[in-house]
Amino acid sequence: MTMINFKTPLAALAVLTMALTSSSAFSAGDTPKPPKHDWSFSNVFGTFDKAAAQRGFQVYKEVCSACHSMELLSYRHLSGIGFSEEEIKAIAATVDVTDGPNDEGEMFERPGTPADRFVSPFPNKKAAAASNNGKAPPDLSLMTKARFNGSDYVYALLTGYKDVAPAHIEVPEGGNYNAYFPGHIIAMAPPLSDDSVEYTDGTKATLAQHAEDVTTFLSWAAEPEMEARKSLGVKVLLFLLILTGMLYAVKREVWKDQH
Amino acid sequence: MSKQFKNPVLNWIEYRLPIFSFLDDSVGSGYPTPKNINYWWNFGSIAGFILVVMIASGIVLAMHYTAHVDYAFNSIERIMRDVNYGWLIRYIHMNGGSMFFIVVYIHLFRGMYYGSYKAPRELLWMIGVFILLAMMATAFMGYVLPWGQMSFWGATVITNLFSAIPIVGDSIVTLLWGGFSVDNPTLNRFFSLHYLLPFIIVGLVFIHLWALHEHKSNNPLGVDIKGEQDLIPFHPYFTSKDLYGLSAFMIFFMAIVFFAPNLFGEPDNYIPANPLATPPHIVPEWYFLPYYAILRAFTKDFFLYWPVAWLITAKLAGVIAMFASILLLLLMPWLDGSKVRSSKFRPIYAMAFWIFILDCLVLGYVGGKPAEGAFIVIGQIATAYYFAHLLVVIPLVSRLERPRPIPESISAAVLAARAPQAGE
Repeated sequence: MTMINFKTPLAALAVLTMALTSSSAFSAGDTPKPPKHDWSFSNVFGTFDKAAAQRGFQVYKEVCSACHSMELLSYRHLSGIGFSEEEIKAIAATVDVTDGPNDEGEMFERPGTPADRFVSPFPNKKAAAASNNGKAPPDLSLMTKARFNGSDYVYALLTGYKDVAPAHIEVPEGGNYNAYFPGHIIAMAPPLSDDSVEYTDGTKATLAQHAEDVTTFLSWAAEPEMEARKSLGVKVLLFLLILTGMLYAVKREVWKDQH
Repeated sequence: MSKQFKNPVLNWIEYRLPIFSFLDDSVGSGYPTPKNINYWWNFGSIAGFILVVMIASGIVLAMHYTAHVDYAFNSIERIMRDVNYGWLIRYIHMNGGSMFFIVVYIHLFRGMYYGSYKAPRELLWMIGVFILLAMMATAFMGYVLPWGQMSFWGATVITNLFSAIPIVGDSIVTLLWGGFSVDNPTLNRFFSLHYLLPFIIVGLVFIHLWALHEHKSNNPLGVDIKGEQDLIPFHPYFTSKDLYGLSAFMIFFMAIVFFAPNLFGEPDNYIPANPLATPPHIVPEWYFLPYYAILRAFTKDFFLYWPVAWLITAKLAGVIAMFASILLLLLMPWLDGSKVRSSKFRPIYAMAFWIFILDCLVLGYVGGKPAEGAFIVIGQIATAYYFAHLLVVIPLVSRLERPRPIPESISAAVLAARAPQAGE
């Protein structure tokens, strides 16, 4: 959590409340806090590394999307990570979308369009659960917002698989040991390894690179408004700083005869 | 008292509807205000401003929100992703709730420190407590609307509290739910009430201001207004001061909205509600944590529970204590027997005040922790002290403490403070 140094008692109280809110954060027993990763989008002026996000989309499409849906996203949204209109049309056209009913009352398949939602790997939650030992893989649209230290956590999880679990932890059949998953036993087998995906831009396809790229993509997917938010935020705060300064001058002037 | 204008249109209106003199007497040059009130008095106007912001942003959100268990979560994500500046409106509304409580808590503690609850402002204070209660109900129901995991499980835990009430408890819970569990009817009635209650708050605020205008603001010295020399007109003095304070507060508010919009939230609420999967750790929003700690303090072995153990369950005792922790504030004007208002002249009460603040922070801290180990004991001690402060410390200190001499009047104190500077 980034702490900002405030001077006024009001802000001090606010910082205290922040401390209170974050104190409610811990829940997962002995699971370690994921290490801080230096993201392109971390700081106040940070933006998404578009090339990494596009590679991350490739990782999602070729690996994650076999099990995980991203129901909140439409293909048209991909313009947010720098895909052109033609590229988005081409990406959407690669999937088959069930549409209908048509005038004959039949459902039919057609190629996807940019307006379509990302097609889910399973027709419904029950089908997803049935194919995955009874528990549906979570939707990834909001994953980095739905976990504490979201982006750091996802990265740590993807790179946190160990072949050999510590002696005191018993890994049951169908489970995998992960250093950062709460409780350490995760149903998902290690999804990524070196060369899981063949990058077209010459980037070396290591596990760490895959994890970084797909986390960048998921972080964008969870907060597609982030860049607009930060850039408007800088302007709003500059405006307010100047306005506050001017209002202070007005106040001093008005109160001159009282001091 | 109607005003005269050069502009005939204004005169025409004023003669029929004296709105200009009303405004002037309310927040203009016709409203005299103690000249010595400090920046802690800014928070009332800031709270009023946030109420307006909440209603305005909420009305826009309601245009896009769908109050149905199958669509609520996704309709909010549609606001975040597809509605023009929907993310801004939603983050303003979401964080505006936290801002409202920060401001109102400061406002309330200011009243406690400077004795603003004492005669003749008892009703003013009590209306304020009712505003707080209405705010809490509104905030609780608003938090349910996104229909995330914490929405659902928070609603389940809190509504279940009412089942502790003997005889009618279960019926009340069924009525709150509109069925036999937190479900679509619950969401619908919460949405309806969440839209209604803010307007009731507006009504209460008007009564609050009406009572305020009758005897004017209290002041840091806590002495009565003796005459014209103690007062300055609200406009331009406090319009300029309030605007400056509001603008400074907006820097903080907007910094959160734009750069840490989820700071006060729980990640679990970005997971759609699932009645079959309980989150590992259910916590209310930060502004409810102290009350949550009081609620949970009442276990079978808590000594405050022993005297009533033969009569009621520990759960019911916790529920009663939680509501009592706020309702007791209504009695502050009578629990405090001191004629002196301001803590400036009551050093022992002032010390007790700061210990009470600390106690509330400890309660908030414990409320956010799992109920296990040392947290239970700390929570119980802090709970006991909370009630001891209101029911023992305040009555005793106010009756035993000998206050320092208070100044004759506001203007006398202001002049005395200015005198050494004049000699420089």
